[in-house]
Amino acid sequence: MAEPVLVAEGLVRRFGAIAAVDGVSLALATGEIHALIGPNGAGKTTLVNLLSGELAPQAGRILFLGRDITPLPVHARARLGLARSYQIASVVGGLTALENVALALQAHAGSSFRFFADCSGEAELEAGAKELLARVGLAARAEVPAGLLAHGEKRALELAMVLAGSPKVLLLDEPLAGAGTEESRRIVELVAGLREGRAILLIEHDMDAVFRLADRVTVLVYGRVIASGTPAEVRRDAGVRAAYLGEEAMA
Amino acid sequence: MPRLRELAPLQTLALALFFGFLVAAPLAEEWLLKLATRMAIFAMAAAALDLALGVGGMVSFGHAAFLGLGAYVVGIAFVHGFEGSTLAGFEPPADIWRQMLIAMLAASAFALVTGWVSLRTRGVAFIMITLAFAQMLYWFFVSLRRYQGEDGIALWNRSQGLFVDLEPQPNFHLFAVLCLLLFTLLALRLYHSRFGRVLRAARDNERRVSALGFPIVRFRLVAYGISAAATAVAGVLLANATWFVGPSYLSWPVSGQLIVMVVLGGMGTIFGPMLGAALFVLLEQFLPDLLDLLEPGAGEHWKLVLGPLLVLLALRLRRGLFPALARGRPGAGAVLPEVDRG
Repeated sequence: MAEPVLVAEGLVRRFGAIAAVDGVSLALATGEIHALIGPNGAGKTTLVNLLSGELAPQAGRILFLGRDITPLPVHARARLGLARSYQIASVVGGLTALENVALALQAHAGSSFRFFADCSGEAELEAGAKELLARVGLAARAEVPAGLLAHGEKRALELAMVLAGSPKVLLLDEPLAGAGTEESRRIVELVAGLREGRAILLIEHDMDAVFRLADRVTVLVYGRVIASGTPAEVRRDAGVRAAYLGEEAMA
Repeated sequence: MPRLRELAPLQTLALALFFGFLVAAPLAEEWLLKLATRMAIFAMAAAALDLALGVGGMVSFGHAAFLGLGAYVVGIAFVHGFEGSTLAGFEPPADIWRQMLIAMLAASAFALVTGWVSLRTRGVAFIMITLAFAQMLYWFFVSLRRYQGEDGIALWNRSQGLFVDLEPQPNFHLFAVLCLLLFTLLALRLYHSRFGRVLRAARDNERRVSALGFPIVRFRLVAYGISAAATAVAGVLLANATWFVGPSYLSWPVSGQLIVMVVLGGMGTIFGPMLGAALFVLLEQFLPDLLDLLEPGAGEHWKLVLGPLLVLLALRLRRGLFPALARGRPGAGAVLPEVDRG
């Protein structure tokens, strides 16, 4: 395995008596897509929230390029190069698609404490935003308020925003949820092409997509890692078969 | 708030009428001129609050504190000028420019300190904390005997202008309108700036914006400070307009009125709150007379009518007067499309 970018060590997060994430360790390496699978309620999204900083772990630590980032808030981690998408695509409804991506670019292009210059006149931001929109297939929808976009388009837009900062680590929480066949195909293709130069953690229920994309698979059940390895290893794992995958997915 | 060139015809008309009236008011009778001055000043205060409330998504129920701080800068300077005394070894300035500067510094300092605490909370808690801080300042001035406490300070003269004599009402009025125009220009720039875009986006979707790497609290705190500073300038003008400074300027009903102006006009539209303020000042002025016409003696109960009237307007206009003027042109007058903001 290549040099890990993001390492989680013994993360624990309890909600009341329930340990949603119960001593999870994980390493994401550059150039790899690491799929996180598991039944509903296994703690996958909680784990992503811990990694992105939206939740604080009760135990364990998170290292980014060897540096302990456990105490850092969400925005600080994002600035280091940790980007995430949400299970329900999260965009800024009142801004146009173009403005959404320009906003994302703005976060990584100089100070945003600029009070007088009209930001829509910043050619660099606009050009970059258009390029990203084209990449996710939204070029024609640039001027549409994001709140009016169709579900799948919001997903694509969110992906463009997430890519804006050239993040070193991508946390994708079910990027295919709710997408149509055609959209799914495009997203899978896009995600496959993102591997270069970054580490990706992919939560996905679509096993086809998982086994097509993933270089490593970690299986989470009741907040614990029950298996982790290459897709082939995980497929063969008896514990995984019993706990989660079911015979037909193995066939 | 759309760009000027994207305004709907009715919006342009309303703004032209409003600013036209303000500029032409010196030709009118004294009482009407005074009414126009009051409009200009409250338009500025309401638009300043809108920067925090509408654009920044911070429902401050304590903006009267900033208005009052601005007014007290004038009042305190007057008292010392009158007595020929000093304040902690300094001679408080009598000219309006330096008074505005001090007012802005004092208000933004108060805003940064109280905002630093309040912005740890959201929603109702934020509303209550801003209210609490404002009330704290209110009681401070009530108990401040040195400056007439509860009675307030009656001014015998206005602040000095730099190039103009502000004593004649037309001069003072045009000065206030100039301040409003200048502020409008700055507020529009701010709205469309990088900073403004982050603020608006954070109001829409806090989670996404912080996940993009923006420290939202820092942005909001700065916006709160700017809003407070502009409100304090309106306070300096208000003191000069009414020849009076008292703790009542800092009382919570004033904060409430400012919110009503903003909501009535249309949150987050900058121009809307100005029109909301104008409408509010008009109602305040004419509702009593109107009621007296209908039923002699009914005028003193005008607030009984004002309340339900505001409720009706709010229900009818939903997102406020200014967006309503662009109805039929989706998005034209609206900051947000009428869809889910997720």
